[in-house]
Amino acid sequence: MDHHPPSPSPGQVDDTSAPTPAIELRNIVKRFPGVVANDGVNLTVRPGTIHAIVGENGAGKSTLMKTLYGAHQPDEGTIRVNGRERVFRSPRDAIDDGIGMVFQHFMLARNFTVWENIVLGQEPGNALRLDIGTARRRISELGQAYGLTVRPDALISDLGVGEKQRCEILKVLYRGANILILDEPTAVLVPQEVDELFASLRELTAAGSTVIFISHKLDEVLRHADAITVIRAGRTVTEIDDPATVNARQLAEMMVGSELPIPELRESTVTDEVVLDIAVLSVVDTDEFTDRRIVDSVSIEVHRGEIVGIAGVEGNGQSELVSAIMGLVASTGTITVAGEAIDELSTLERKALGIGHIPEDRQQDGLALAFELWENIMLGHHRRPPMSSGIWIDRNRARQRATEVVERFDVRTPGIDVPAFALSGGNQQKLVVGREMTAEPQVLVASHPTRGVDVGAQAVIWDILRDARHHGLATLLVSADLEELIGLSDRLLVMLRGRIVAELNPREITPSSLGSYMTGAALATAPPAPDTGEATS
Amino acid sequence: MKRLGRALVAPATAAGVAILISALALLLSGNSPLRAFAEMWDNISSAESIVLIINRAVPYYIAGVAVAVGFKMNLFNIGANGQYILAALVAAWAGTQVSLPAPLHVTFILVVAVFVGAAWASITAILKVTRNVNEVISSIMLNFIATGLVAFLLAEPFREPDSASLIAQTEKLAASATIPQLNRLIEWTGVDLGNANLYGFLIFAIALGIGYHLLLNRSRFGYELRLTGINPDAARAAGVNPNAMILKTIILSGAIAGLIGMHSLLADPQFHRYGDQFPRNLGFTGIALALLGRNSPVGVALAALIWAMIERGTQPLSLLGIPQEIGVIMQGSFLLSAIIAYEVVRRRNEARTTAEAARLITQNTDADSNETVEAQVTR
Repeated sequence: MDHHPPSPSPGQVDDTSAPTPAIELRNIVKRFPGVVANDGVNLTVRPGTIHAIVGENGAGKSTLMKTLYGAHQPDEGTIRVNGRERVFRSPRDAIDDGIGMVFQHFMLARNFTVWENIVLGQEPGNALRLDIGTARRRISELGQAYGLTVRPDALISDLGVGEKQRCEILKVLYRGANILILDEPTAVLVPQEVDELFASLRELTAAGSTVIFISHKLDEVLRHADAITVIRAGRTVTEIDDPATVNARQLAEMMVGSELPIPELRESTVTDEVVLDIAVLSVVDTDEFTDRRIVDSVSIEVHRGEIVGIAGVEGNGQSELVSAIMGLVASTGTITVAGEAIDELSTLERKALGIGHIPEDRQQDGLALAFELWENIMLGHHRRPPMSSGIWIDRNRARQRATEVVERFDVRTPGIDVPAFALSGGNQQKLVVGREMTAEPQVLVASHPTRGVDVGAQAVIWDILRDARHHGLATLLVSADLEELIGLSDRLLVMLRGRIVAELNPREITPSSLGSYMTGAALATAPPAPDTGEATS
Repeated sequence: MKRLGRALVAPATAAGVAILISALALLLSGNSPLRAFAEMWDNISSAESIVLIINRAVPYYIAGVAVAVGFKMNLFNIGANGQYILAALVAAWAGTQVSLPAPLHVTFILVVAVFVGAAWASITAILKVTRNVNEVISSIMLNFIATGLVAFLLAEPFREPDSASLIAQTEKLAASATIPQLNRLIEWTGVDLGNANLYGFLIFAIALGIGYHLLLNRSRFGYELRLTGINPDAARAAGVNPNAMILKTIILSGAIAGLIGMHSLLADPQFHRYGDQFPRNLGFTGIALALLGRNSPVGVALAALIWAMIERGTQPLSLLGIPQEIGVIMQGSFLLSAIIAYEVVRRRNEARTTAEAARLITQNTDADSNETVEAQVTR
């Protein structure tokens, strides 16, 4: 169950007896500079069903959906819609074939009303007259048919998240879509809204439409999906036609996989000296109109020589916690590093004090891809010696440092004068990790340090982290890779909806039981047994 | 050397295309391209012509650098024009209000110009940082306001007093506000300049170029500026405040723009005051030159020289009955084809660098198969 060959074909689906699949993707390959996002993905979606695509972040789900929506073209592979092979040169082509996409980040004009947004680009009437009556009537018909209640005359900027999402779905339906793709539709919703959403989606499939949704919340996938496709590291791992045959634990195992080298720590090097002390830290959401706490009164102590792992489903406040430690977002509470309060310090001052940071997205936050390697080595360290003296950059020292990092951390590159975009993802990441480690930090905040890198680079990075721990580094490790978390951490904290909800001993936990803590299932069904940890919330 | 050769491929191709297009335009208008080109060559090849070309190129260069500073951070300072005319007018007037020994007088006027340029640009910067107003829009509108403001100031407050003339202009600056010519310096090396005068503001332009290079490629500020231009997210994560960078960069661009008019005001005896004849569109030329010179200190200098050369070369064509506007066609087609060529070359280089890196890596490392596979696939 846990290790399927990359491309099992749905053998039991027979062309003569089963209906033609609404969507059929075969061996989709999509490459980006430095990454192979999809490496042979298969997907078969029966018409009139709700189909879930699950996988970790970076597994290639969103890339796949963009392929299906015509936002980009695959490098290899075929797309069939209702049995006919299609090439989508643009989203227009996909829309013409009845495929509609509801994005995770809503694409609505804030200063337009609901109905204006829905008809935008498809306005009824003629060139001179906008037939408002028809527009309103069609929208309320659609809304009533599928339980998608909206107020047509409300301004988008006045709507809550759930209503905005219904507006997005109506927009897609208004354009005649009968195959809907929803990218992590529940990430922004509260539980009650989640139930409403799936009720509406059920109405849609009952009326003959097909729904595909991306998620990594395993409980809701099992509750609502008719079929599940599991994607890992850009490949289809399993296609499950009947979700009743699997449970959340098995699904988590398929998502995470277990053929990776298992990271393990040797003897404990944990001391009783607290280096990083986070006390009742909170981050308030500034984007929405709520005062939701994305990080809610989190307190963490990391000792010298200790790795503390933060587990949690993406979007439960881990990113914001890291940003708050680095001084990139406003927060309340206090953070102390080796006895010194850093709350008033800027990001650069925090880095100068010895906080290393491995950002979760190396290409977006960790590197300037057009800069050469030696220029990237200065990033975040460029305001102080040895990288600069006075107002000037010290090019020689930076080049020395780059050479040192390349050699010590096994960055495979023709030289240090190569722009960063020329390196593979794994080598880019080794450069980022090496850059932070050579600055000799006392604290390291590592977000997904091995995400999207190959197995070789992953092993190197794990070695680096273990080695640094041995030399007394205090590490806060945020990761979606459960094996990595369990293998590397001395202590595991589970984050759910912005709070630390459990503290676990990694020696006594498996990826699947950790997974159930992450979704909240273990907390809801049974209180944690005393031998596996204690809930602190 | 190889690198230099690669850098010149695109502009050389663009020059070829520009010559071809202007030859075509000449043919279509019933003129002989060969005769026109021969005449142009005669007009640019003498020592005297070269001096005149350099004189013309100096303010172009400063305008180009002013815009290039912003471009390096993806900021489009269209407002250089308004910044420099306002700076030139205020500086020209302020210069008549003081009486100072020569070096101090010149310094005073330069400081006023830099300050006014920076102050005018800071409106754009503050609007962008505090209210998220696009700098293109605000700086275009500020150009109109600057033009109006200049007309107003020139009509009354700054107008030459007791002037019998109908021309609105400031009082002529005292002789102490003159940047000396470089003729003696050049003739001392044995070159005869004939009747031409090489204006001294050239020295300031060269200094500006060197300063721009040091700032951009050697200083921390320049590193942060380029970083923010390439990847603002990474800059933020590295502790660079994007808003502070926007503020500083636009103001710096405006400060440099303030110098654009100083060549005419202080070094060109024809002016020495701000008036009707004062050049008014150099800021827009600067945009073209920054694009053409790819924001590099040397590149923009070459672009400015070529621009001036085309203008100088085509000036006397009308005497032969050939429309002088062929120069504009040449400049336009050169700019357009250069931008296209840069992009083509950039993409090819990027692909080649990636492929080459992957190849070298696979050659140099024999072991780890995963890595090798990935390098190949990525290519």
